[in-house]
Amino acid sequence: MAKVRGAIVVDVEKCKGCGVCVPACPQDVIQLAKEVNGKGYHYAYMHVPEECTGCTNCAIVCPDGVITVYRVKAETV
Amino acid sequence: MAMEIKDIIKPENIVYRRTPLLTDKPLSYCPGCGHGTIHRLIMEVVEEMNIQDKTIGIAPVGCSVLAYEFMDIDMQQAAHGRATALATAIKRLLPDRFVFTYQGDGDLAAIGTAETIHACNRGENFIIFFVNNGIYGMTGGQMAPTTLPGMKASTCPFGRDTKIMGNPLKITELVAQLQGTYYVTRQAVHTPNAVRKAKKAVRNAFEYSKHNKGLCFVEFVSNCNSGWKMNAVQANKWMEENMFPYYPLGDIKVPQSEKV
Ligand SMILES: Cc1ncc(C[n+]2csc(CCOP(=O)(O)OP(=O)(O)O)c2C)c(N)n1
Ligand code: SF4
Ligand code: SF4
Ligand code: SF4
Ligand SMILES: [Mg+2]
Repeated sequence: MAKVRGAIVVDVEKCKGCGVCVPACPQDVIQLAKEVNGKGYHYAYMHVPEECTGCTNCAIVCPDGVITVYRVKAETV
Repeated sequence: MAMEIKDIIKPENIVYRRTPLLTDKPLSYCPGCGHGTIHRLIMEVVEEMNIQDKTIGIAPVGCSVLAYEFMDIDMQQAAHGRATALATAIKRLLPDRFVFTYQGDGDLAAIGTAETIHACNRGENFIIFFVNNGIYGMTGGQMAPTTLPGMKASTCPFGRDTKIMGNPLKITELVAQLQGTYYVTRQAVHTPNAVRKAKKAVRNAFEYSKHNKGLCFVEFVSNCNSGWKMNAVQANKWMEENMFPYYPLGDIKVPQSEKV
């Protein structure tokens, strides 16, 4: 069966840790890191990467436009 | 074998990336501020319509005063409130261009009220993008004409008292009454659904402005986390609960012949 798998890449140094992407994700994939970036912001990252479907919700609400989204159809066994 | 992340993150699998019509400069806005999302939507539509060389934007005074640093198109920056006067001149001199103003509520609905109303009334053929966050964000959170009843701001620390300060100005409903406006809508950008609808409205505004039948006015009810003294996620929730009942989202005026 074909399953959709996705992934996001956050431009960590440009993320402001606003958290707006977190509730926008229907799969609860994203969390803010305990670590901070060069500007002191707790940047967003994929906490549960297996669950990402590449729906783009997080990216389109990100005020700083720092999320790139990838999607593939994956064959599962 | 389960697929690994590195097999997914490949250029050919990109389904969303930041539009190249936003420059690489980090946005000057506070974390979570809607200004960034609204800039991006406008630039995505300009990219999709392939009108980068035909579009001229006017930046306001307010937090978005530096919009010309972030949008990779021709732009000018107007004196406080006067963006629509400048847009009028530019559009009349260069009628084949897509012209828009980008203005906050202090800029558009306080100091620029006269310019706004008269540009709408004259039916100028450009777009106004109006970012209503109910406050003067840039200067430290003073009360704006759009500040909600009871809402605190630095110049009304006990909340807006409508007996003394009047009621919030619904300038969008007001300009919709004028014959010169062709398309008037109110949107938001705080959730994925809102963003998708808002982007359609931005697209409509650019498409309609080809008709030369009047002014297209797109309001975005937006947040000002710093001025409201909340974090971004709280501010978006507060906006839903408090701003939307007073400033309901949706189309206010659509062209007669168009189904939107
Ligand atoms: C003629 C003039 N008067 C006052 C100011 C001070 N001033 C700068 S920005 C601003 C208000 C901005 O508020 P708004 O338009 O709502 O934009 P926001 O920052 O909230 O996006 C004011 C009063 C100015 N720059 N010029
Ligand atoms: S919405 Fe964007 S800037 Fe905000 S935390 Fe998420 S990735 Fe970072
Ligand atoms: S692309 Fe969709 S599923 Fe993946 S992290 Fe973003 S919002 Fe969540
Ligand atoms: S002060 Fe308010 S409007 Fe200005 S950038 Fe910060 S959050 Fe946005
Ligand atoms: Mg404002």
